[in-house]
This record gives sequence, structure tokens and C-alpha cells, in this order.
Amino acid sequence: MQTWSLVSICVLLAIIARWGVSLNSYSGAGKPPMFGDYEAQRHWQEVTYNLPIQEWYFNTTNNDLNYWGLDYPPLTAYHSWICAYIAKTINPEWVELHKSRGYESTQHKLFMRMTVLVADLLIYIPAVVLYCLYLTDGSSKKKVSIMFCFLLYPGLILIDYGHFQYNGVSLGFALWGILALGLGWDVLGSMAFSLALNYKQMELYHALPFFCYLLGKCIKTGLIGRGLFLLVRIGVTVLATFALCWLPFLAEPSQAMQVVRRIFPVARGLFEDKVANTWCSLNTLIKIKSILSGDSHFTLCFLFSVPQCHFKVNSSLAFFLFSFQVHEKSILLAALPACLLLNDLPLMALWFLQASTFSMLPLFLKDGLLVPYIVTSLGFLFFSIYLLSALDHCSEDKLRLGAYNKLFYWLPKMDLFYISIAAMVGLSIATAVLIPPPHLPDLFPVLVSTTAFLHFLGTFIHFNVVQFSEPPSRKSQKKSN
Amino acid sequence: MAADSCSWFPALAVGVSLLKCFFISAYRSTDFEVHRNWLAITHSLPVSRWYYENTSEWTLDYPPLFAWFELGLSQVARRFDANMLQVENLNYASPATVLFQRLSVIVTDVVFIYAARECCRCVREPKGSRDVLSRPSFVLAVLLLWNFGLLVVDHIHFQYNGFLFGFLLLSVAKHLQSQHLQGALLFAFLLNLKHIYLYVAPAYGVYLLRSYCFAQDNKDGSVRWSSFSPLRLLALGAIVTSVCALSFGPFIAMGQLPQVLSRLFPFKRGLCHAYWAPNIWALYNVLDKSLAVLGVRLKLLEEAELPPASMTGGLVQEFEHSVLPSVTPAVTLVCTLLSILPAVASIWLRPHGAQGFLRCLLLCALGCFMFGWHVHEKAILIAILPLSILAVESREDAGIFLILTTTGHYSLFPLLFTPAELPIKVVLMLMFTIFSFTALRKLHSAQGSLLHPLEVIYLLGLVAVAIACEVVFPLSPWQQRLPFLPLLVTSVYCAMGVCYAFLRLYASLLLRREEKPKQL
Repeated sequence: MQTWSLVSICVLLAIIARWGVSLNSYSGAGKPPMFGDYEAQRHWQEVTYNLPIQEWYFNTTNNDLNYWGLDYPPLTAYHSWICAYIAKTINPEWVELHKSRGYESTQHKLFMRMTVLVADLLIYIPAVVLYCLYLTDGSSKKKVSIMFCFLLYPGLILIDYGHFQYNGVSLGFALWGILALGLGWDVLGSMAFSLALNYKQMELYHALPFFCYLLGKCIKTGLIGRGLFLLVRIGVTVLATFALCWLPFLAEPSQAMQVVRRIFPVARGLFEDKVANTWCSLNTLIKIKSILSGDSHFTLCFLFSVPQCHFKVNSSLAFFLFSFQVHEKSILLAALPACLLLNDLPLMALWFLQASTFSMLPLFLKDGLLVPYIVTSLGFLFFSIYLLSALDHCSEDKLRLGAYNKLFYWLPKMDLFYISIAAMVGLSIATAVLIPPPHLPDLFPVLVSTTAFLHFLGTFIHFNVVQFSEPPSRKSQKKSN
Repeated sequence: MAADSCSWFPALAVGVSLLKCFFISAYRSTDFEVHRNWLAITHSLPVSRWYYENTSEWTLDYPPLFAWFELGLSQVARRFDANMLQVENLNYASPATVLFQRLSVIVTDVVFIYAARECCRCVREPKGSRDVLSRPSFVLAVLLLWNFGLLVVDHIHFQYNGFLFGFLLLSVAKHLQSQHLQGALLFAFLLNLKHIYLYVAPAYGVYLLRSYCFAQDNKDGSVRWSSFSPLRLLALGAIVTSVCALSFGPFIAMGQLPQVLSRLFPFKRGLCHAYWAPNIWALYNVLDKSLAVLGVRLKLLEEAELPPASMTGGLVQEFEHSVLPSVTPAVTLVCTLLSILPAVASIWLRPHGAQGFLRCLLLCALGCFMFGWHVHEKAILIAILPLSILAVESREDAGIFLILTTTGHYSLFPLLFTPAELPIKVVLMLMFTIFSFTALRKLHSAQGSLLHPLEVIYLLGLVAVAIACEVVFPLSPWQQRLPFLPLLVTSVYCAMGVCYAFLRLYASLLLRREEKPKQL
């Protein structure tokens, strides 16, 4: 069969999976007074449509920042404005100032879900298709298999189409950036990534690798002459993109500062809820929160995160594991680069991706997304193992441990994989079905996040080993990843 | 790719089963309540009350074997939510109930999966190692397992057709493998599960009589009367009788047979279902209505003489036509019998073995669909699924398949009328259509193109009709005045395609070159 028909069928299947998930509930459904992320997005549409731009990020009588105040950069706000404009033409009640708070109806849900699908179709899905077709090696069937598994990654589907968010936009832009860099279009790549940054500030997780790669490329081409010219072009592009996005807020410095204050809320604590990162996990052993003060939290995180300059997965994982104020959804930022590794390290990539979905289980249970979680996870695991023959890739050279082989040869890798899957399944069932003992009400979420953390740490170490054990010629290729 | 020779079938089966799970929260039609009601009736009431119970308007109108099946399901249902088994709990749909019912359809589909596997085994593989995606058995597996019509009718609208079609396809597969007694047994079961399969009973009856009871043929293919085997006839009779006894026995013993039959064959309903199936009567109705309107315009008829526009009201009731003669159930029966007579005669006079039987089965199914009384548009699946088997082996059949399937599947669109399901039905239809066109074209690429240009234009016209009905019409001013218009247009347009496929299938049967009749 021709590639185009296989690609279209896979994309259509991916759309069905997404829409199938979106038939279920969303975060905060029927839970006044605050509801959830769905209401937050709807509220942003209300705010951006009805209020002048200068009031979007400020606390005014018309804009109560305590009720889901805008805390993403301006591009999210413009996107909300576009959605609100369309909403207004269909049913003005959806975005009426103040009166539409907590508005819920089947048509409105359909509209909101549509906005996510449209954004995905325009930005994320084309990026994935093009990346897999042009920047992956192998036969066309292999490329289509990778693309299919990439599109089936459950974490993103469940968060965007279940919980309700627009991660597809920011991750999509980041992927366009990676795609452009891979094809050698550095200026376009930096523009795409700047757009990603201006959509969600969490893309900073990916900023360091982009920066290091581009800087390295400029230095390599020679700092005098072409390299400098490239650097200048990139710099101008980035500045221009930022300027364009922040234009309405640059009129007054106070405007810009307020936006920055909203998108980097350092006043909040070290972590919120139960997150699979180091601080949360350590907190179970030592009460870190109580020992260190707020400022020192921040410095500690920064110190741990800086060394990881090159490998995107390592970088984003490092940020996730050691960062400040991390939400469990931020694992998606590490998941995107992991998807890119489905071709080279299928077993580790799929193991990590499954663990990342598992780590968000308490969130899915809260949103009533248990059935989609089970179906998408089973589908992803099954098809990744079947199409990518991932289980065959557990020999030492396939895992690319290289010189560090001797350190890890004793590790029973396939057994570990099966045990870990069994553990995830077991904990999933337990969290969904069992009631925790009264003196340990958060037992299951903590168990889930600790298990996930161990997986992430293991993956982190493995990917670091792979990166540092590679011969130099491959390393320069890999820097683009 | 990892796919080796045998593992692609389980992968397809697992994939489609997971896909079905995505529709658990989707729209459910009244058929959901119908089956919940039947679970309740069979579980809570004694057998003597099953066919008399009418607390709910959805009375039991399938044969007794299906009632026993529902009884079996109700034992499992108890563990999900016992409240669904109370007859008084009309329209009860707790999350556990929905989950149970949806899962029951997905799980019972295992019969269909097994049958599809058997059918794939019957397909001739061309010599030489081929890429998995181009093998006829792979294409057939996808056409059967991922059939758009089954997915939409069973897993969204809600029915148990997958389970039932499993029996039909398994029976066909057994006949293709020359295991006729098993095939007959399976068909007997099927008839007692859902009597709509009476549509294809003539094909079975004549084929088994001609090709199984008469053990040998003369050299020229005509009947060798001396080879009649009473033993074989007796075996068939015993099988059918015992299955019917198992199913109807208790009710005959209680003297309830007339009541059961009246439930099974409710002729009080109208000529057409609320949504017109794309058959001859849809065209007949439209012709009648057009002539009436024309007659009034040309002052040949008085408007007051015409019966009220009950046909286009979408209600199920008896009515009369205005200009053309009215159609009664007897008329439809005669038309149906006439339409299938040539096909049935053909396998009597010139049997072509199991392949000929399959073709005759198709024509019986289509004939009954075209001319039957109160036909559901879902019945088109009885023709589409067996045709898939022929489509992967013959180029001509592949062309007919593409037309019949695309129009037949599109005619199912009105079943899912909710906005949330619009993306699902469009995307699923696109997926199936893209696959069927590209795979069949690749399969028969050596023999020329599958479709005539006019046929292609007709199918493209279907896209225009779809856009008009789903997108343009709801936003137009006619939405209020003529709400039935998109259904009418859909039925009529699809009816043309179905009629055309019917005629072409007939032509291919009757004009087929003489083959050496097979020995059994």
C-alpha cells in the first residue's frame, strides 16, 4: 500500500483516539466553585474577549486574578481571544463577562473539544507526520509505525482531550522547531521555538538544548564571518518574535513586568500536589519543605538543573526532576523528546512514555478518565511493542550502553521491564479500586508518584549513559536532537 | 516491521477491540434501552411471561434463542448493577449499566473475530511471498474486522450484529470448506437468534438440497436424480428441527407459539422504516410524492383528495400512496420472491459450488433488502459483509463492492445524528473508504481499474450529498420547513447505488461462464 494512504489512515486513527477520549469528562466537571482547567480556559476566553488588553494580567474589578487568572504568556491569551470570537458567534452566553462563570453544557463542551482538535490538526499532528517522514531513518513502513506510536502517546491525548489543555500547541511549535533545525533551517527553527516559548513558559525546559545547539553551530561555522551572521540572524528572529508577541505589553514597563510576575509565580512552594520529582519524593523521607526556606528552594533547583546542556530528554527530565513548582503535567515536556527516541531506543522510550502516563494516574482518576487511561495505555503499549519490536531491543548493544556495559550487565533488563509493567498495572488497579486506610489518605498517589519517580530516575541515568558513551561522530549528529 | 506471518491477525483484532472501547461514552440509541429491557425481562420474569410482557414499549421481538442469550448475559450483568435488571426501571442507564452493555457487545464480538479468521483461511493466496499488507487474507481481515457499518451500528448505535454476523460468516466459511452439516447447524442457530436472516434462507435451502442432498451431478451439470441421498436430507432435517426445538420448544409446550410469532412478525408497521432504507420503495415513495406535487401544480389533482403527508413525517404507521397504487405486505412478498427467483433457480440448474452459493446468498439478501416490507437500512450489512469475501478474489466483485459498501455505509449516517458523533462517523468512514479503495486497487492492479468513470462520478456525488446534508442544510432556512429533506435525499441517492449494485451482481451471476460443477 502506498505511504500516503498508510499515513492518512494512521492520522485518522489518531484523531479517533483523541475524539474518543474527548467524549469523556473534563477537569472540574460539575465541581463549583472553582471547577478546573476547562473552566480556566473558558474564563480566559471570557477575559480576553471582553476586557481591553491592558487589563488581561492585572487584578481589577472586572478581572479577579484569584479565579483562574491568566498565567501563561501572551500567545495563549491571543489563542483564547480567537476561540472567544468564534464562541461569541455561536452562543454569546459562553463568554459573557461574569455571567458565564462555571458555564457547562454539552454544546459548549463540544465547542471546546473542537478547539483542541483544530489546534492539534493545524500544529501538532503535521509536525509529527513531517518529523517521522523526513527525520527518521528506516523503511517507509518503519516510519509510519513510529509516527503511529508517536501519535498514540497516551499522556498528551489524556491531558489535552481529557483533562483539557492545549499542550499540543506549545509542544507542536517546539517540534516544528526541532524539525526545522534538523532540516538545517535554523532561523525558522528558532522562530518556531520562540513561538512555543511564548505560548507556554514551561518550554524553557527545552530552551537550553536549543540554545546550546544553535550557539555550537554558530561557533563551528566560525565566529568571524558566516557563524556570526547566523548568530545575528537567529538573535534578530528571536527578538522580533518576542517583540511581536509582547507588542501590546511593551508600551509600559509595568505591563510587561506584571505579565512576567504572572507567568513565573516564585511565591508558590517547592511543589504542589503529589508530583514524581525529586523534591516530592524526598519529602516523604525528609520534610524538605519545612527545612529550607522559599529562596533556597529556588537556588537548589537551579544548581541541579544547569549541568544538563545537550540531550533534550536529559535536559527536560532534569528540569522536571529537580525543578521548582512542577506540575505532574510537565512530564509531557520530557515525553516529547522521548517520542523522538522511539526509533533509536524503542524499549527505553516506550518504557519511559508509559511510566509518564502512569505518573499522571491520580489526576486522571480525579477527572473520571479511568477507562480512556486504560484503553490508550493498552493500545500504546501493544502497538509499540508489536510494530517496533521493542522487546527485541534489549541486548546490550541495542541499548547502546557502550563502555558502561560492564557496569550494568548484571541488571536483568527484560525482567525489570515486566516487573515494572506489572507494578504499574497493580498500582493502577489498587488506586482505582481500593480505599486507602484513614491515617494514610494519600497513600496511593504517593506510591504512584514514587514509583514513577524511580522510573524517571532510571531513565535519566540510562539516557545520560547513552549520551556520554557515544562515539564523537554520532554525538554531533545527536546534538540536533 | 515486526509483523510475521501469523501475528497480524491478533494485532488487528486487539486494535479494533481497543477502538471499540473509545465509544463506550458515545451516543446510544433506544436500542440500548431495548436490550436492557430484555435483560430485565429474561432475568426477572418466568419464561411464560417473556413474550407477553409489555411494561416497556420495547417488547421482546427476537426469537427465543436470543432471549436465552440475554438470560445468560443477565447473569453477568448482576455483578455490575443489579438495578438494570428491574423491569420497572425504564431507561435506566447508570455508568455501570453502560459499561456492562458496551463491554458485552465488545466481548461477544469474539465470535465475529473467530469467523473472520475462518473466512481468511478460505481465501486463495497467490503464489510468491508478498508484503503482508497486500495479501488478500489481510485485506479481507481488515474489511471484516474494521467494517465501518458494524462499528457504527454495534458500538455506537448499539446492537449485537457482530455476534450474529459471526454465525453467518462462520456458516459461510464452513460451506466454503465443504463442511456442510456444520454450516447448516450454524445457520439454524442464527435463524433462531434473529429471524431477519430468513432473507438468505432460500439460498441455504436450495443450495443444500441441490448440492448436498444430491451427492453427484451429471457430466453436463444437470441434476442426477438417482444420486439423491435421503440420509443427508434426514441429517439436515434433524439439525434444523432440533435447533428449532431447543429454541421454540418451551413456548410450543406452553401453547404460546402464535403469540411469539405475532411478536416476531409485526406487520402493523409501515412500508418504510422511520428513516427510509435506500431500497426500491424509497424511490417509489419519492416518485409518488413528486407525481402528487406535479399533479396538484398542473391542476390534475385536488389537494384535498390526497392523504396527509404522513410518509415524510418520519412516523411508523400504515398509510396510502397518493397517485401510484398502494403497496401491501403481500405485494412486497411477491416482489421479493420474484427478485430472488432467478438467483435461486441459477444455483439449482447450474450450481457453481460454494462460490455460487455465496453469490446467491448475496442476491437473496439484496433482493429482500430492495423489495422487503419495513426494511431497516442496517440490513444492508447482510449483503456487504459476505461480498467482502468475493471482493478480495475477483476484480469485478471488488468494483461492485466499492459501490455497494460506500453507498450502504453512507446510508447509515442518519443513524448517528448527534453533533458529537459527527467527527467519529466522518473519520471512520474516511478510514474505511481509503483503505478499501487503495487495498483493493493494489490487490487487483494487474487486471485494470476497478471502477468505471461514471461510477467514480456517482461516488464523488456522494461527498457532495454528505456535505449538503451534514453541513449546509442545518444552517439553511429549509431546516424548519422540511426537516425530513436530508434523509430523503440520502435514501434516494443511496438507493440508486444499491439498485445498480444489485443489477450488476445479478449480471455477474447469470452471465458467468460455465465452470465444471464441483463434486461434494
